Amino acid sequence: MARLNVNPTRMELSKLKTKLTSARRGHKLLKDKRDELMRQFMNLIKENRQLRSEVEAAISTANKYMAVAGSVMQREVLETALMLPKQEVELQVDEKNVMSVNIPVFSPKYRTNDSNDIYSYGTAFTSIDLDGAVSSLSEVFPKMIRLAEIEKACQLMADEIEKTRRRVNALEHIMIPDYEETIKFITMKLSENERSTTTSLMKVKDMVLKQNHNYH
Amino acid sequence: MYKVAVIGDSASVSGFAALGLSVFRETEPEKVKKLISKLAASEFAVIYITEPAAALVSDTINKYRNSKLPSIVLIPSIEGNTGDGMRALHEAVEKAVGSDILN
Repeated sequence: MARLNVNPTRMELSKLKTKLTSARRGHKLLKDKRDELMRQFMNLIKENRQLRSEVEAAISTANKYMAVAGSVMQREVLETALMLPKQEVELQVDEKNVMSVNIPVFSPKYRTNDSNDIYSYGTAFTSIDLDGAVSSLSEVFPKMIRLAEIEKACQLMADEIEKTRRRVNALEHIMIPDYEETIKFITMKLSENERSTTTSLMKVKDMVLKQNHNYH
Repeated sequence: MYKVAVIGDSASVSGFAALGLSVFRETEPEKVKKLISKLAASEFAVIYITEPAAALVSDTINKYRNSKLPSIVLIPSIEGNTGDGMRALHEAVEKAVGSDILN
């Protein structure tokens, strides 16, 4: 480990000691933060995975219906049927603070809450498969919103965990050992100086005694 | 109030129009890139994009990965599930934990 480039004085020593204490405290706090973030992240990831497979399955079902509907109906008729939707969705976006990570919270507002009132077309000219596609999509839509929310939360938290982990490692493996080594160096240098002063004093004393009183 | 967008090929995204989402039938990489930037700058909080369309513009999607809004979510297209959406999840775990522990 590299020793810091400082003068070996008492002033520097006391400064470094304060820095070391705060580095240790910071390290402990960041480590706790990392652990808690990790715990929450693992819970989120589990939910995320579950939701994603559910949503993917539901959309695949809807797509199958859609493919059948597309093959029995004319493309234009299909497009026209879906052109003017009855349902309308708006999102209210709030923010939640999880361990200093701001994650968005979406609450959807629907124009109509009646799940039978979402079909924007009469049933005369459209295939029943189109109904199936629309109803399975509308069923899974709340889950899709939750998925969007949770996926964003996972991305943001993964980023924060990475940052925190880097900080913890930098403190643990670089800053703290550097401080400790420098403190040790200064302490040794200072006590060495002290010993050297004592020795020269003793020497001077001997010389003075010898000169003035003829002691040996 | 924010809105929800769906981007992808016509067959995959038409169904979402019935739910009242804003549907954009676009698969050209350049146009999709511009569209995403435009949507992100306006009042869209969630953008669903089909996996094949997302694969063409992954750098644009990664750009929004760490911003709070919009949340860009991959969904399977009519041609089936490519697993890209799940892969993104594994990437997040790898980034956070250091190795992929989901398997």
